[in-house]
Amino acid sequence: MSRAETAPGGAGARREGADQGAAPAREPVEAQEHAEVPEQGRASGGDRERSATAVPRAPRLLWSLGLFRSELVTVFRRWRTLALFAVLAGVPVLVGIAVRIETRDGSSIGGGQNGDGGPAFIQQVSNNGLFLVFTALAATLPFFLPMAIGVVAGDAIAGEASAGTLRYLLVAPAGRSRLLLAKYASVLAFCLAATLVVAVSGLIVGFALFPVGSVTTLSGTTLPLSTGMLRALLIAVLVAGSLVGIAALGLFVSTLTDSGVGAMAATVGLLITVQIVDSIPQLHAVQPYLFPHYWLSFADVLRDPVPWDAIGKNLGLQALYAAVFGSAAWARFTSRDVTA
Amino acid sequence: MRAQPAGAEARGEVVIETRGLAKRYRGTLAVDGLDLRVPRGSVFGFLGPNGSGKTTTIRMLMGLIEPTAGTARVLDQPMPRSARSVLPRVGALIEGPALYGFLSGRDNLVRYDAADPTADPRTRRARVGAALDRVGLGAAAGKKAKQYSLGMKQRLGLAAALLQPRDLLVLDEPTNGLDPQGMREIRGLVRELAADGTTVFLSSHLLDEIEQVCTHAAVMARGRLITQGPVAELSAGTRSRLAVTTPDPADAVRVLADHGVTALAESGQRVTGELPADPPDLAELNAALVAAGVRVRGFGLERGTLEDAFVALTGEGFDVAG
Ligand SMILES: Nc1ncnc2c1ncn2[C@@H]1O[C@H](COP(=O)(O)OP(=O)(O)OP(=O)(O)O)[C@@H](O)[C@H]1O
Ligand SMILES: [Mg+2]
Repeated sequence: MSRAETAPGGAGARREGADQGAAPAREPVEAQEHAEVPEQGRASGGDRERSATAVPRAPRLLWSLGLFRSELVTVFRRWRTLALFAVLAGVPVLVGIAVRIETRDGSSIGGGQNGDGGPAFIQQVSNNGLFLVFTALAATLPFFLPMAIGVVAGDAIAGEASAGTLRYLLVAPAGRSRLLLAKYASVLAFCLAATLVVAVSGLIVGFALFPVGSVTTLSGTTLPLSTGMLRALLIAVLVAGSLVGIAALGLFVSTLTDSGVGAMAATVGLLITVQIVDSIPQLHAVQPYLFPHYWLSFADVLRDPVPWDAIGKNLGLQALYAAVFGSAAWARFTSRDVTA
Repeated sequence: MRAQPAGAEARGEVVIETRGLAKRYRGTLAVDGLDLRVPRGSVFGFLGPNGSGKTTTIRMLMGLIEPTAGTARVLDQPMPRSARSVLPRVGALIEGPALYGFLSGRDNLVRYDAADPTADPRTRRARVGAALDRVGLGAAAGKKAKQYSLGMKQRLGLAAALLQPRDLLVLDEPTNGLDPQGMREIRGLVRELAADGTTVFLSSHLLDEIEQVCTHAAVMARGRLITQGPVAELSAGTRSRLAVTTPDPADAVRVLADHGVTALAESGQRVTGELPADPPDLAELNAALVAAGVRVRGFGLERGTLEDAFVALTGEGFDVAG
């Protein structure tokens, strides 16, 4: 006789109710581990006995991917994420409207080259709306985009720690390495999504406000619109790839503290500091090692033929940052005490 | 049948076993040389004043923090090394619930369940629903967790611990913030789970609660284990007190003192005292009172409570040890 049947009536009756919900829940596991158990035996106290004698459930590879999905859902369902997307989507709208107003009388936009020697896409926007995509990406890459990544990456672990949810994820048990990997994957997904938000917003506003046609490259050659669109997509992917480094840096900072706001502020502060150092000519010796140093290399995609070396350097540097700070984050997170 | 074969190895009989477990936080020794043994199938009460190291111990058992010294075994496996195989069989509520305020109660549970690689996603909704019903949150499951009251959050935290059939439940102050009905329900739930063969390890400040549901208990003070054992033995350690209710307390005190009753105390119409080592017949004692003209309205022995045992072990002081 099972213990469940000997339990006092009231408790037993309640448990029956719970069983009906839970019994089908366990069926697949039971079926696989106790294929010999007849159908009836499962629904009654029989499996309870087995759970009490601790049949360990085996982790499954596919099931462990559930955490990655859950991470993505958690990141993208937050109001904060949507607010960041709204700000990012707003940049091309503002630029588009400003250009439109300035060129209303048919004049071309003044001003010439950007102060920092960045690509001067903005003069072309009024001739070709597609250039609004490049302009918007060039405008958001130095600050808006990495700041958004800094917020999300900085909050990734520290935010869970300050809310206390980290301890419940760890006792679930998510596994520290797996949780960190899932966090990094979700931050990278956010990088791509944020970049695409800017690009798509730029595309829509550009096509709505300006004429669209074949693309004149920075080298002076002309590309058909379809090729131009593909290059725009490539640029968006490269911009997202440029954010891999700060994503790893933010995640590392996030493992250092239990304060989500602190980690976000520290990451954004680091970003600003590095951007300043990168713009001081006297510090050129260290500049090739700073993660934003080759960010504007994406403009090379609009040359004909495309010179790949700066783009390659950028991606290599991002990979280096991901490796170094990813390892540091892992070393820290797998050994630290979770006291929050 | 869950009956253990005779002479089963001692290992299987113990669900939590620590040896010399210690934790030092930058200078302060939060837990010191802890040797805890939690028998399988018990409802184990973990008692101690504020700051005595209960939560710190639980964190070490769950692999959240690394012990400074000593070892811990949970479900016969070393922690934190075997966390991956141990923790799916353990449900835990540690230092209050923690929730994602922007997710509904149900989605919170879905997220915690998704973090467990041994949880089958095909049955997730059913298990989440069953856990919500079990803690009485079925109707509020769709509400955002930030709109939950303290007690509702506590219930949701409990539901997270009940997402799977567990071998061990570790509950750090599970009735914190609950209304009286909620407390009753949780006590019922704990008894029910224990009847199913789940070992329940629960820390609490509510001594009568521990006395009502626990079979075993341990008492901590200043990071050290003071005592552990079956609850009946712990409270038996304190002597029963004689209590007399009378409008003539002064006379009663005099008569009782003549019959060897010590530590007499009177408050209003109540006189209490400790019976001597070889106690007189209570009927005779009562007759003596009446014979002396004391109007006895109530007369009886008050059993020593766990609270008396607790205060005797941990001291009367109110201040938290620094
Ligand atoms: N993160 C921490 N850093 C430093 N000291 C800590 C930390 N957490 C706890 N302590 C110290 O460790 C000791 C034990 O704390 P713990 O939280 O284990 O007590 P507790 O028994 O759970 O108390 P309570 O009944 O109030 O929950 C306390 O002296 C506390 O100051
Ligand atoms: Mg505590």
